[in-house]
Amino acid sequence: MSLEDLPSPGAPERDLDSLISQGRYRRLFLTVLIAVSVVAVVPLLIMTGVNYYQYRQAFRSEVSRPMVGLATSGKQGLESFLDERLSALELVVRECTYEELQDPVRLGRLLVNMKQAFGGFVDFGVLDDKGVQITYAGPFELEGRSYESAPWYRQVAQHGTYVSDVFMGYRNAPHFVVAVEHDTDTGHFFVLRATIDSEVINRLVASLVTQPSADAFLVNQDGILQTPSRRYGAALDSAPLPRLAAGSQATLSEITDGRGEDVIVSHAQIEHSPFTLVLVSPQGELLAGWITLRRNLLIFLGVSVVLILAVVSVGARHMVNRYREADMLRATAYHKMEYTNKMAALGRLSAGVAHEINNPISIINEKAGLLKDLLLMSREMPPRDKLTELVDSVLRSADRCGSITHRLLGFAKHMEVRRETIDLDSLLIDVLGFLEKEAAYRNIEVTFAFPETPPRIVSDRGQLQQVFLNIINNAFAAVDDHGRIEIGVREADGERWAAWIEDNGVGIAEEHLAHIFDPFFTTKKGAGTGLGLSITYGIVQKLGGEIAVQSTVGEGTRFTVTLPKGPAEE
Amino acid sequence: MSDYKVLLVDDEKDFVEVLAERLEARGLHVDTALTGLSAIVKAEETRYDAILLDMAMPGMDGIETLERLLELNPDLQVILLTGRATLSQAAAAIKLGALDLLEKPADITTLVRKIEDAAKKRWSLEDQHIEEKVADILRKKGW
Repeated sequence: MSLEDLPSPGAPERDLDSLISQGRYRRLFLTVLIAVSVVAVVPLLIMTGVNYYQYRQAFRSEVSRPMVGLATSGKQGLESFLDERLSALELVVRECTYEELQDPVRLGRLLVNMKQAFGGFVDFGVLDDKGVQITYAGPFELEGRSYESAPWYRQVAQHGTYVSDVFMGYRNAPHFVVAVEHDTDTGHFFVLRATIDSEVINRLVASLVTQPSADAFLVNQDGILQTPSRRYGAALDSAPLPRLAAGSQATLSEITDGRGEDVIVSHAQIEHSPFTLVLVSPQGELLAGWITLRRNLLIFLGVSVVLILAVVSVGARHMVNRYREADMLRATAYHKMEYTNKMAALGRLSAGVAHEINNPISIINEKAGLLKDLLLMSREMPPRDKLTELVDSVLRSADRCGSITHRLLGFAKHMEVRRETIDLDSLLIDVLGFLEKEAAYRNIEVTFAFPETPPRIVSDRGQLQQVFLNIINNAFAAVDDHGRIEIGVREADGERWAAWIEDNGVGIAEEHLAHIFDPFFTTKKGAGTGLGLSITYGIVQKLGGEIAVQSTVGEGTRFTVTLPKGPAEE
Repeated sequence: MSDYKVLLVDDEKDFVEVLAERLEARGLHVDTALTGLSAIVKAEETRYDAILLDMAMPGMDGIETLERLLELNPDLQVILLTGRATLSQAAAAIKLGALDLLEKPADITTLVRKIEDAAKKRWSLEDQHIEEKVADILRKKGW
């Protein structure tokens, strides 16, 4: 229900009892509760959702920008570090002849110079095209070793330059190898190999750590740590990270590492090397602000929703209760008025009956009086036929009283609801019986227009009597003395009869026509309850019929009551 | 009992006839009329000591008949009979100049007494008119 279920003016078919059912108010309560809650909560949810998304984006870009920047600059630093060393080796092989490089003293001097210029170089070695180290300068005795089968030797022979993974080797300290190949004029080639201490790049990478909880390290393509990591252990340990996508651009990803911690990782591959630079930050720390904000947002949302629901629930209950009270008051008032109207109709009826009954009683009185006169005043017994005539007259008058009281009793009896077969024409004549005297005294001409076949319906006699008594009474009130009223019945369609009551009275103003069936609407100031036609309308609806009115001011009014021939469906 | 002349007006024929018979048995001369109009015609032709008039009649009702009768002769003494008297009707009737208003069915003795009262009033009014006329004539003659 809606609110449109409410009785509205112009539709006075109102079974108020059915309106005041518990279920109806529960439905109303739920409808109001749901509708208002949805209207209040949905925009809140949308706003919070949008805010949530926007804040998250803002925080994310705030976190990612510096990390990506750091990874990019770290990558550039490492790349230039490696380039520098490779370029230095290139310069050596180009500037020195193979023969010169075979001189261990010269190679030793080169190593010292390079150490001073660049740092990080541990030893130098020159290999011939068979992979044998023919010259060596450095702390170990490695001259004459063959690296022919070493993968790095094959790599450098193939590609010209080479940067190795970090490894322990014979030296027992993490280091890596860079090497360049050079072709000689004789069609042979040789390789200059330099070992670089990892400590140099360790320091370079460590300088990228900006926060105590952050971490920076290099891994090779197999995910082995190339520099020590604060989080994941020493060099050459396996880094507990999933495989990172290859790419020379620094990229950001959110992952859960092998230790089960959520981290933000920024990584970039170092060109011409097996290394990938990895920067790691724990999410919790970076996004702490965001997490606090998110929690506050959710708390705010939760509290708001609970508050809205509580207020809406209380408000809706209050409103529905008020509404129910109003309905009940109205129903009570309506019932009271309906009763009053019935009493008024009965009163009107009784007055008519009393008036009608009074005439035959007067006659009985006079006849009986005359009888007494005759008996007391004449000396002889009055003639038999005179007495008979008088007694007959008394009996006739008593009969008349009897038929009037029967009619009244019949009317009263039919106050209870009952279905029976009724001839509309005789019912209308019966009803008019109550008003016959008034018609005679006021010289109102009443004509009938009934069909040849009796207009038979199955309906409630008492209710119909009340309907037609109300309408005909109104017609009598509307016409002047010497007025005219026509009462008729015709077939509306195969299923229904239409009874009409037409008068040539004052008519009903157009602005009143729409309201005449409303309860308490009256133009008889102080004389009517304003319920007669409203109740009439209600009864006709209940009996499955319709009531219509046409009227022109000064010309008259016609009420048409259409009733189904068969019993009304409940 | 003096033989007063009474006009009885009521649309109920049975009632009129029987009441007339009973009043005649009590020494009154009774004429009857079934409508207001015929009552007026009869009152024009005959001098009645009292008129008994029913309130509720088809066509011209009691009140209207009363008005027209008194227009005809203000000295007429009219007693109204009614099936159901309301205070406002009684007041209207008395205001118009009716002598009295009785409820139907009326007790015959009361009715006869009212008729006698009416007749006496009628006579005294007429005596008064005659005295006034005599005094007027004497004054004009200079006595």
